[in-house]
Amino acid sequence: MSKTRTLAAPGWFTDQPQPTLLGARCKACHALFFPPNQSFCRNPECASTEFEEWPLSRNGRLWSYTTNNYAPPAPFVAPSEPFEPFAVAAVELEAEKMVVLGQVPRATKLEALEVGMKMELVVDTLFSDEENEYLIWKWSPVT
Amino acid sequence: MADEVAILGVGMHPWGKWGRNFVEYGVAAARAAMRDAGVEWRDVQFVAGGETIRNGYPGFVAGAAIASALGFNGAEVGSSYGACASGTQAINLARAQILAGFCDVALVVGADTTPKGFFAPTGGGDRQQDPDWLRFRLLGATNPVYFGLYARRRMALFGDTEQDFAMVKVKNSQCGAQNPNARYPKAFSLDEVLSSPMVSDPLRLLQICATSDGGAALLLTSLDYARRHTSNPVVIAGASTRTPRYPNTHLEMPDFASDSASKVAAPDPGFRDSIAQRAYEQAGLGPGDMDLAEVYDLSSALELDWVEAIGLAKPGEAAGLLRAGDTGIGGRIPVNPSGGLGAFGEAIPAQAIAQVCELVWQIRGQAAGRQVEGARVGVTANLGLFGHGSSVVVRAH
Repeated sequence: MSKTRTLAAPGWFTDQPQPTLLGARCKACHALFFPPNQSFCRNPECASTEFEEWPLSRNGRLWSYTTNNYAPPAPFVAPSEPFEPFAVAAVELEAEKMVVLGQVPRATKLEALEVGMKMELVVDTLFSDEENEYLIWKWSPVT
Repeated sequence: MADEVAILGVGMHPWGKWGRNFVEYGVAAARAAMRDAGVEWRDVQFVAGGETIRNGYPGFVAGAAIASALGFNGAEVGSSYGACASGTQAINLARAQILAGFCDVALVVGADTTPKGFFAPTGGGDRQQDPDWLRFRLLGATNPVYFGLYARRRMALFGDTEQDFAMVKVKNSQCGAQNPNARYPKAFSLDEVLSSPMVSDPLRLLQICATSDGGAALLLTSLDYARRHTSNPVVIAGASTRTPRYPNTHLEMPDFASDSASKVAAPDPGFRDSIAQRAYEQAGLGPGDMDLAEVYDLSSALELDWVEAIGLAKPGEAAGLLRAGDTGIGGRIPVNPSGGLGAFGEAIPAQAIAQVCELVWQIRGQAAGRQVEGARVGVTANLGLFGHGSSVVVRAH
């Protein structure tokens, strides 16, 4: 029986062949935010409370990276037992002038990462339960 | 200057993993600070507590919890929370009360009892609106993940090495070994640091600060009051609890992203660089006037970021200072002579207060085994989650 593909963070990214992160753009001043769950524009010169969905660039440069060699505490749920170390990337988006975090797919070796390299957004498993495969965005080196 | 307050007394409860109620550490530190000042509890008019959020209701009302344990004396009370900057929030609360003329004698106290292992979000349940819960859930972004990202960035940008980061730990552990209040009495070798288990690449276990139990306290007074007790009080000349200006382009823990600078230009200076700047401005001093600094070394590499952020080195040059021995005891500008968080571990509401305790001991010449000769003026720097800057300039009067 196949599991239901379920977004672990609904409204934060799209699950499609060319996935993107979804930012929120202020309708008044056009300031851009991620994550998109904004109630107030955080530009101090703007008091707007109205936003529109705004897809972010799905490519960027690796700003920095690191690893989790030990299992993070709850509410993190490891996708497999025993715990498998994984990398976390911070990627700089040129047009948006912002840095966004994401996990790196387990298949990517740490040695393959280098600050400044091109990265792209992918969708991968966060963890699964009986019925659902929970999905999350990740940053993967452009191959 | 008219806007100074005196630090008449300082005190700590030694840091460790004692497993007792945080109030015990707070009371011990408070009594030590009052003893040091020669001030009786009945004479304290204001109590400022740094809150601890992992110890139930008494932790949220820490000022009252500790005042109650000392025996309620009718003093005014306030409790402050600013994550790791809670201590400076409490200091500034007490300082403002004194400078406003509402009181002459204030006790500032912070204490914590911490769980073992990684800090995790407080409270249970699904909290889809809490960014601190979500960063663990969606990213597995522990605190060391952020420290690792900052450290790797330094390596890529400035050419810092794993050995540089390990040397910070070696340097600070030598000081910590001489500090009776520090948790870790061991001076580590470079080999020991570099062979400890990797936690968040490039940072290893011995380069990441632990979570500790401990307490720290200050007895603050007006200058007039202090002069009746001592001819040469140490004073707070400036204190900053500032927030960032939008957009903060530095990726801060526990955020998923930095602010976007696509519509509004990034401020200059950026947040971290602005924190000590305000304390310097209040003091009428600059980084070149400092004799020593206590900075926020959650990781060994992070010490280098802060050395630059408080203006002791230009961006990218902190490792050069370290290699030249400038930031060690006997160097030009010793950093973390207490041993820093690497030797203490984090006791969140106490740590910014503990930094000030160390500056006072150093300026009085009471830091045996780790004394910075001729110390007259120093600065602290610290940062709490969700935009809490923290910096205090302390000097001999």
